[in-house]
Amino acid sequence: MQRLSEFMVGLIFGVGLILSGMTDPAKVIGFLDLFGKWDPSLALVMGGAIAVGFFSFALAKKRTVNFFGGALHLPKNNHIDKRLIIGALLFGAGWGIAGYCPGPALVSMASGQAEGITFVAAMLVGMIIYELAQRTIHKPRITD
Amino acid sequence: MIDWAHFTPWASLSGGVLIGVASALFILLHGRILGISGILGGLLPPKANDATWRITFLLGLFAAPFVFSALAPAGYMQMPRIDASYTMLIVAGLMVGIGTRYGSGCTSGHGVCGLSRLSLRSLIATGTFMVAGFATVYITRHLF
Repeated sequence: MQRLSEFMVGLIFGVGLILSGMTDPAKVIGFLDLFGKWDPSLALVMGGAIAVGFFSFALAKKRTVNFFGGALHLPKNNHIDKRLIIGALLFGAGWGIAGYCPGPALVSMASGQAEGITFVAAMLVGMIIYELAQRTIHKPRITD
Repeated sequence: MIDWAHFTPWASLSGGVLIGVASALFILLHGRILGISGILGGLLPPKANDATWRITFLLGLFAAPFVFSALAPAGYMQMPRIDASYTMLIVAGLMVGIGTRYGSGCTSGHGVCGLSRLSLRSLIATGTFMVAGFATVYITRHLF
């Protein structure tokens, strides 16, 4: 039951991404092109998602366990540090170059699109590079 | 100047609401933050008792394009437009992979869930990657 529910949540999320236009890189770049011909659609994606999310997280903060009785993993890290800023800058620049963020890229890969597959392969390599660097540096870090 | 020709307020808003519903279900039912880079990165490498929920969620996400095209009216599905070359897709993918892991989140984790739960850390991250995205598209579209 729990497994089916996780699958359904992934499915709803993916359908939302496709319907919203997030899986079309040209549309994402149209939104990021603030100084050209600007397509504000993705601001509505954010707005719609947060309108629903706001109430559910307000509810989640009052609870101690999830629906299935397990732990509720709410992030405890409040640190605003160099890694947060550098990471976000790097991500934002990559997002602006290709028009893909991780979720829509995975959906494009699943639909068999060569560009999506290429992007995801590089993204996985990037994530592995991060993991390896993390281990070499051996800095204890506060996880989200 | 607003690009009215590509503006899709209703589809984007409804897609956004679905994304919000998925995030709400994930935190309330499963006690997890719906953040794609974190869900995916946690599988590199997979850890005991912490891999199944990630995989079932991702399988649901991968099913989305097939379910969407089965449900959508004929001709609704538009081919995504991708302007980036394969070289740039690889560069961007590496940046997104490293950046989202280093900064602990992407558009879903920081942008949707973080802002929904009023996290200052996620607000700073979201502001930073948005500004980086705007600046990158300004450079690639209007300076070169």
